[in-house]
Amino acid sequence: MQSQPVFNHRWLPWLLLLPQLAITLVFFLWPAAQAVWQSFLMEDAFGLSTEFVWFENFSVLLQDEIYHRSFATTFIFSIGVTALSMGGALLLAVMADQVIRGARVYRTLLVWPYAVAPAVAGVLWMFMFNPSIGILSYLLEQLGYDWNHFLNGDQAMLLVIIAAAWKQISYNFLFFLAGLQAIPRSLIEAAALDGAGPMKRFWTILFPLLSPTSFFLLVINVVYAFFDTFGIIHAVTQGGPGGSTSILVYKVFDDGFNGLDLGSSAAQSVILMAIVGALTVVQFRYIERKVQY
Amino acid sequence: MLRKTVGALTLSVMAAQVQAATEIQWWHAMGGELGEKINEIADKFNASQDDYQVVPVFKGNYTETMTAAISAFRAREQPHIVQVFEVGTATMMAAEGAVYPVYQLMEDTGQAFDPRDYLASVTGYYTSNDGKMLSMPFNSSTPVLYYNKDALAKAGVEPPKTWEEMGEAGRKLLEAGYDCGFTTGWQSWVQLENFSARHNVPFATENNGFAGLDTELAFNSPLHVKHVQQLADWQKEGIFSYGGRRSDSAPKFYSGECAMYMNSSASYAGVKNNAKGFEFGVAQLPTWGEAIEQPQNSIIGGATLWTLQGHDKDDYKGVARFYSFLSSPEIQADWHQFTGYLPITHDAAELTREQGFYAQNPGTDVAITQMTSVTPTANSKGLRLGNFVQIRDIINEELENVWSGKDSAEAALNRAVERGNKLLRKFERQNG
Repeated sequence: MQSQPVFNHRWLPWLLLLPQLAITLVFFLWPAAQAVWQSFLMEDAFGLSTEFVWFENFSVLLQDEIYHRSFATTFIFSIGVTALSMGGALLLAVMADQVIRGARVYRTLLVWPYAVAPAVAGVLWMFMFNPSIGILSYLLEQLGYDWNHFLNGDQAMLLVIIAAAWKQISYNFLFFLAGLQAIPRSLIEAAALDGAGPMKRFWTILFPLLSPTSFFLLVINVVYAFFDTFGIIHAVTQGGPGGSTSILVYKVFDDGFNGLDLGSSAAQSVILMAIVGALTVVQFRYIERKVQY
Repeated sequence: MLRKTVGALTLSVMAAQVQAATEIQWWHAMGGELGEKINEIADKFNASQDDYQVVPVFKGNYTETMTAAISAFRAREQPHIVQVFEVGTATMMAAEGAVYPVYQLMEDTGQAFDPRDYLASVTGYYTSNDGKMLSMPFNSSTPVLYYNKDALAKAGVEPPKTWEEMGEAGRKLLEAGYDCGFTTGWQSWVQLENFSARHNVPFATENNGFAGLDTELAFNSPLHVKHVQQLADWQKEGIFSYGGRRSDSAPKFYSGECAMYMNSSASYAGVKNNAKGFEFGVAQLPTWGEAIEQPQNSIIGGATLWTLQGHDKDDYKGVARFYSFLSSPEIQADWHQFTGYLPITHDAAELTREQGFYAQNPGTDVAITQMTSVTPTANSKGLRLGNFVQIRDIINEELENVWSGKDSAEAALNRAVERGNKLLRKFERQNG
């Protein structure tokens, strides 16, 4: 007696897979292949004259100090966003975990920013910090601090980091909270009875037990900072002033659409593809390791 | 309910398609009031005849509009007419086979057309090296000097005609208690590009790029270095105050902090609305008296209309008729007076004068005088440089290093030239 239904059709699995395969092919593989092809070409904007140049677009990029600087910018930006959004989320999660009354309300409010579109989030922060009309820049000025992220590259960087981290905190918060709630209460209570204070309990029990969650979030946040923050940069600084917030993914757009240099833009997106590929490998390796926990 | 809505939508789409007149697509970058004015112009043209229907479509800012048109061209869905800003000129001009030059369009369609009707200093930017008009000027402006009349009177100075006088005026303004003498918008456009034109020195070789793609930047000459170094020294004294890229420095003038401000003639309306609490005047851009006696004309910024290839012959007759309509004195004079952009024909300027507009709005004619009082030379005709958007960014970065005191004018300008030349070589390679 067999309890499981059996499908003998050879084509049915393929048929069921077909829609997803078609979408992957049309919206992912095909454009990716086009980007690879374009990265070998040197072309005018209208595509009237095309020259096949092998790896020249790449070699020019690797010698370009602006591209190097964009790498450094992306590095600083990613570290900033990841540290701020994970640190903030962990703090909020630990606090929300201890709340007993109205816990749901707090959680809902904390998850809220995740629903805000990146561009909208960017515009929000841009208005608050606008040097002429922003409420926060006005307050800073009252405190004697001159805020002008249109001129000051460091301030511009700080602003986009805050805006990007703010949006990601909700996501991290959810995972940290779930991680915390999975930790048996008995462990914490036992430690409390042994006389461990809240800080000691956090660092010796909660934090180590959260490490799988933390590592997973680290990868997710770096990927987020690398690729999903385009909308915020575009809305707040447009890569400026003087390229000081021009992260790699923004430079792809800027060189392709503003500079109309499709070859170089495609080469940059191929390099980005390689980076995201490497990050995905790291992530899968990690998840496999996590299974053994 | 849903079905009704869908039905109504389908009907309205169908209604829009049922039209006997040939449609002419016009993609533009004019939002807000300017966009409404564009719709008004198109409506007037559509009402004036039955054969063609001009459909203006707002496509976002200048960059977005240009990119949209280029992508559309690559997908063979291009509009007939697209508005392109002046820094995109070299890209458009290099695209032979994609653009339909205006002189040829007018010739092929038998539309009456005399290039001499147009202001040479406006069309010069958009003509080929042998003097053929390639695109239809639409909204052009040129930098002028705005000054705070009250502040200048208090300090006892006249609006400066030369940079030497500018220095003295600035010093007197500081003595009279002002924080800053002058500021500038669009530093590359005003302090280097127009500076070169006014002093009749090249901004780039090969007639500023008109004569060939092998052009090289030349704005590191002793005169340029001297000017930028002087501005940097004045910045230390407080005579000059840098207020950011584009028009970010405007509030410094509006608030009365800086007594003088150099920016586009199309900023007139903005200055008029925002300069509260003081009278303002308009003067020509100053020049170094020791370097040139009779200053050359300034050059323009703004955008023009380019015709794209790939449509039916009959469509282009409509485009040509529309261009003639657009150039008519009435339409031009109205556009000029409403927007502050320069008129593109002599007749339109004349008509505006006759209508008493310049008398009622003193200072609005300064730009035209500055543009037309002399014959343009190879150095003041305009600029045709590939990758110009990025080159301007480089200039901005390097100049900011000078203003902040990190670098000398000479080192910064040399580096800007070197970095910019790399982009020019790349453009030459891509378009050669």
